[in-house]
Amino acid sequence: MTVEFTRSEAPYLTPSVNVADMMLQVLLALVPAILAHMWYFGPGILFNLVVAAIFCVAGEAFMMRARGRDPMLALSDYSALVTAALLAFALPSLTPWWVTATGALFGVVVAKHLYGGIGFNVFNPAMAGYVVILVAFPMQMNLWVAPSMGDIDYIRPSLAQTLVYTLTGNLPEALSFDAVSRATPLDAMQSGLRNLQTYAEIRANPMMGDFGGRGWEWIGNFVAIGGCWLLLRKIIRWQIPTGVFLGLLVPAGILYFADPSTHASPGFHLFSGATILCAFFIATDPVSAATSPKGRFIYGLGIGLLIFVIRRWGAYADGVAFAVLLMNMATPAIDYLTRPHIVGHARKQNTP
Amino acid sequence: MTQRRLRERLLAGIWYDNPGLVQLLGLCPLLAVTTTLVNGLGLGIATLLVLTLSNGLVSASRRWIRDEIRIPIYVLIIASLVTCVELIFKAWFPGLDRSLGIFIPLIVTNCAIVARAEVFAARNSVPASIIDGLSMGAGFALLLMVIGAFREFAGQASILTGFDLLTGNDAFTGLSFADHGLLLLILPPGAFFSLALAVAAKNAYDRNRRRARNTGTTRSLRRSG
Repeated sequence: MTVEFTRSEAPYLTPSVNVADMMLQVLLALVPAILAHMWYFGPGILFNLVVAAIFCVAGEAFMMRARGRDPMLALSDYSALVTAALLAFALPSLTPWWVTATGALFGVVVAKHLYGGIGFNVFNPAMAGYVVILVAFPMQMNLWVAPSMGDIDYIRPSLAQTLVYTLTGNLPEALSFDAVSRATPLDAMQSGLRNLQTYAEIRANPMMGDFGGRGWEWIGNFVAIGGCWLLLRKIIRWQIPTGVFLGLLVPAGILYFADPSTHASPGFHLFSGATILCAFFIATDPVSAATSPKGRFIYGLGIGLLIFVIRRWGAYADGVAFAVLLMNMATPAIDYLTRPHIVGHARKQNTP
Repeated sequence: MTQRRLRERLLAGIWYDNPGLVQLLGLCPLLAVTTTLVNGLGLGIATLLVLTLSNGLVSASRRWIRDEIRIPIYVLIIASLVTCVELIFKAWFPGLDRSLGIFIPLIVTNCAIVARAEVFAARNSVPASIIDGLSMGAGFALLLMVIGAFREFAGQASILTGFDLLTGNDAFTGLSFADHGLLLLILPPGAFFSLALAVAAKNAYDRNRRRARNTGTTRSLRRSG
């Protein structure tokens, strides 16, 4: 009796990776963070997500039609939905729909399709849209609801109240902004340090938690869960997150240990604002990030450093969006200067 | 100058060779003052005046200007004209002068004006140069007004605010349609977006027309052949 072995020939292909699969996994990886966001800040992010998704998809379909292409070609890769999800994360949980819509449309129509669609966009569409609404609607973008931590004076806007605000831009009579909105930890830290309070004094405020703001700091952990999963699936590479963390934490650490009274601790920087979301989800956008291994690391470092500079000396409390857009501009130069060595070529010829 | 060449010259400045849309010259004042229609109109008229007169003067004195030092002399001529225009604005439109501020003296540095002196006025007759200055100035002023109107309307939902700066009486001070608009368009980035949209719109219009004309000629050729 002969035994037949199944024989297969090289190349032994790994499961195919396409853009749609990748984007779906990114969306899936965001689910724990979305749930955590809903737990602490209420259902607002769901409405933001729906509004952003509708306008991103509509904008993408419209632009594909205007460019004379099949809209399904672009819609079936889900990249518009990822843009919508990242934009929704950047917004306060109470955001009127037209603000979200402006950001979504700007991101998809101007930052993505006017540059040639997916694969050609120089800037991260979600961050470009976010910066536009941050500059255009400063009042609406600064109304952050406090996280629900079981405080006595805490008022949570209900589902219906959130919906009313999202649709009309006015709070129902029973609520006022003074009652529901609070300064974000980064805002409190920046204005506190500018008013010559010491770091310890600011930390004594009950809104501060173990590292960042109480409640706020937990969202980052859930983002990190999704991020680690993406790392395991090799959807993203380790260089960019590592670069972002090093670029932010090393200068923050040096200044903190040199003078702990006038600088925020590295832990505060790590668990505040969008640091972790940026490291795993925003900076790793495959189109607008650097592509060579060394280049990815430099790109991440640059983003981390710029976040630190903007938070410490800038006009805005968080600098993630600006840092990402600025490094997007540097991406072609980084890629050009860090081209990997090609096997078989002499080393000297390859260095530009 | 024949009728046809005159028409060509006028169309060149306003459309085919527009200093702002095609040559992309003089962008600094274009981006900085076009927050309202009235501001755009004010600077547009000032630039139109300076450009027409400087083209005329440069052309008239072109036989005596040594090639080696021509640029300083052009700047001298332009600067004296700008001083006159500035004094006129200060005397008759003080409000508009305050509103435009430094950008009226800065017309001296508007490279569109030096470019016309260098490219056109230095090699053409006085009447032709004056017509060229008129058409280029009108093209620039029209662009300033269009961008100003767009930014004012979209950015603060009003039109013709500050009209009293032009007339001097408070009979009409502009129309306002809403309390606030898209603030971004009033801010500096909005100026870049508006200019980019204007350039893109012009190129798209030209391309469509060229395409329509090409298909038209092929059709007529086919018919005749």
